[in-house]
Amino acid sequence: MYRSHVLVCGGTGCHSSGTQKILDCLNEEVKKAGLDKEVAIVQTGCHGLCALGPIVVVYPEATFYSMVKAEDVEEIVNEHLLKGRIVTRLVYNETKTEEGITSINETDFYKKQHRIALRNCGIINPECIDEYIATNGYEALGKALTQYTPDEVIQTILDSGLRGRGGGGFPTGLKWKLARANDSDQKYVCCNADEGDPGAFMDRSVLEGDPHVVLEAMAIAGYAIGATMGYIYVRAEYPIAVDRLNIAIAQAREYGLLGNNIFGTDFCFDIELRLGAGAFVCGEETALITSIEGNRGEPRPRPPFPAQKGLFQQPTILNNVETYANIPQILLNGPEWFSSMGTEKSKGTKVFALGGKINNTGLVEIPMGTTLREVVEDIGGGIPGGKKFKAAQTGGPSGGCIPTSHYDIPIDYDNLLSIGSMMGSGGLIVMDEDNCMVDIAKFFLEFTVDESCGKCTPCRIGTKRLFEMLEKITEGKGTLEDLDKLEDLCHYIKENSLCGLGQSAPNPVLSTLQYFKDEYIAHVVDKKCPSGVCKALLSYVIEPDLCKGCTLCLRSCPNDAITGKVKEVHIIDQDKCIKCGVCKEKCRFGAISIR
Amino acid sequence: MGVKQSTVPFAGTNEQYEKLLKVIAEHKDDKGALMPIMQEAQEIYGYLPIEVQSIISNELDIPLEKIYGIATFYSQFSLSPKGKYVISICMGTACYVKGAGDIYNKFKELLNISDGECTPDGKFSFDSCRCIGACGLAPVITINDDVYGKITVDDVEGILAKYE
Repeated sequence: MYRSHVLVCGGTGCHSSGTQKILDCLNEEVKKAGLDKEVAIVQTGCHGLCALGPIVVVYPEATFYSMVKAEDVEEIVNEHLLKGRIVTRLVYNETKTEEGITSINETDFYKKQHRIALRNCGIINPECIDEYIATNGYEALGKALTQYTPDEVIQTILDSGLRGRGGGGFPTGLKWKLARANDSDQKYVCCNADEGDPGAFMDRSVLEGDPHVVLEAMAIAGYAIGATMGYIYVRAEYPIAVDRLNIAIAQAREYGLLGNNIFGTDFCFDIELRLGAGAFVCGEETALITSIEGNRGEPRPRPPFPAQKGLFQQPTILNNVETYANIPQILLNGPEWFSSMGTEKSKGTKVFALGGKINNTGLVEIPMGTTLREVVEDIGGGIPGGKKFKAAQTGGPSGGCIPTSHYDIPIDYDNLLSIGSMMGSGGLIVMDEDNCMVDIAKFFLEFTVDESCGKCTPCRIGTKRLFEMLEKITEGKGTLEDLDKLEDLCHYIKENSLCGLGQSAPNPVLSTLQYFKDEYIAHVVDKKCPSGVCKALLSYVIEPDLCKGCTLCLRSCPNDAITGKVKEVHIIDQDKCIKCGVCKEKCRFGAISIR
Repeated sequence: MGVKQSTVPFAGTNEQYEKLLKVIAEHKDDKGALMPIMQEAQEIYGYLPIEVQSIISNELDIPLEKIYGIATFYSQFSLSPKGKYVISICMGTACYVKGAGDIYNKFKELLNISDGECTPDGKFSFDSCRCIGACGLAPVITINDDVYGKITVDDVEGILAKYE
């Protein structure tokens, strides 16, 4: 028995800021203090508050140390672990109250969350199967295999109301039912871990923090539809996730939880990893299947649906990581428990990756129906620098923007669709007044142009033309007529593309056109970028009352666009200015502004 | 569009060749083995020049054009060698809204190469990359295994200097 557990976050965010060093120091210092029999040091998965990493949590008090450096470790060990005095200086500010330091679970960031899919992330050691088993791991699989028929498992998932967390929101139970109904010698269970939306890292955190939950859920799915083989298609860009999955698969095989005759029944199931090679379109189910088969990841028309003819032409189900992460808990706690959370048509919780202009960048899991305002203001801690909220972008390159007018909308599948965005896989990027919405639309289109697989014409050529039109607008060469053309082309691409990528690619343009038309008009008519982002539309101007006439800007200008004499106010010739920004960088008096 | 072929002459060793043959033998009978083999081949050689693609094609009896098609489809596969230091600038949305575009331009300006290229001395190569998922550190870049988070345009010169 250990009297204290020190949890060090080993998610990608914290890892990048130096977790390994901290672990090494901790082990060394704890040994030096003679505490290695009393204190356990555990590397866990993501805690969610990535902006404050590296994170160290000391239990049983649940003291939350943030932004810990290797130099701080000695103090934590000698003060907190040896003498029982919390190192206040390093404690996360939100946990400091008048009554002293409180537990992390009392902070706004965690209090409003409800963790099902992320249940074990940041709690257990993901590289140790015993810790997973100790938190009821593999109990649901045992229950399914010994107490339920496959049809009963499917009925439970259907009753829970669980919908696919990858973005589309298709009822998971229904998918399983369709695959079960198709007779075949060999069926497959696939897991989509090719999380490609820029700014989304929910699935990565589950894989890094709780890899066994995915294996368990896939085995349950295998039992339900009658499959014996599973594939996890995971991004090669997630090396930690890949490592931990490999470890988890090896451990599960060793324990007999994968392989032949699981739990002494006739059921056999095994899982293999396949690494994605960096193609966004492979998040689309038919493209992913084509890629596992060893081809270019191009989608194909549906029907036939994967449940009829999927991987290697056999009935296949494909679910996303977060969807799987809910399955064992639904079986253990019952479908009523799950469907008691959320809204009428969207049950349970959803994990979001908060990013962009927000204080608490990180990972949150909230009940469906929480409002956007609560997510941004309360959990996310608002926007840095006292700036104003302008929009939130959900659904990545397939989604849209949610403006201030919908700040109080309860988040669920249908609400987001009704306002021209979508749930997507869970990226939620917050933008403030300094972000130009035309530029954001252009950014997403640049992404889709790059990632379009090229198979169908509307997507391949259409997105390119959309991008060019946006480029024209941000360069100040657009006309009002272009805006109409832009909208027409968007609808054309939506209606005629082969797969989800093309069908949703125009969404960022349509939703910014809908809510921020004034910004488009400012770009085309006034030739101004109101947020000061689009370079071609900016002008650098010297503020006469701040300029001291030091000639520094004049001397650094590469194009001799600045004129003026010593100790006299300088002037920038707008026709000569190439907008490189050097003068602004050089000026010591802040006298150069962008308009 | 012409064939994407590296201008650097192929310099594969016998040892690398043997290794590749071993990998191919191990995976040959797996279903959908081609991608894992190509991924391991890239590990061995550092990139996937047409010469390596030909070896895989001959061994697996799969047409070269199919292998070339896959190599050019996925962004992970590189047909030209990388520099000693590989700089990746995350262009995910979270990084982008926090100014990754300016950082990208600064690197481009200082290194004087464009996306995907390698400096003539073979020292640096530079790519914009898809979200690496470290959004809490936005904007973020990686140089080989080092991660630099929350950087500004002014930091770029200093970071590069560390590798000079």
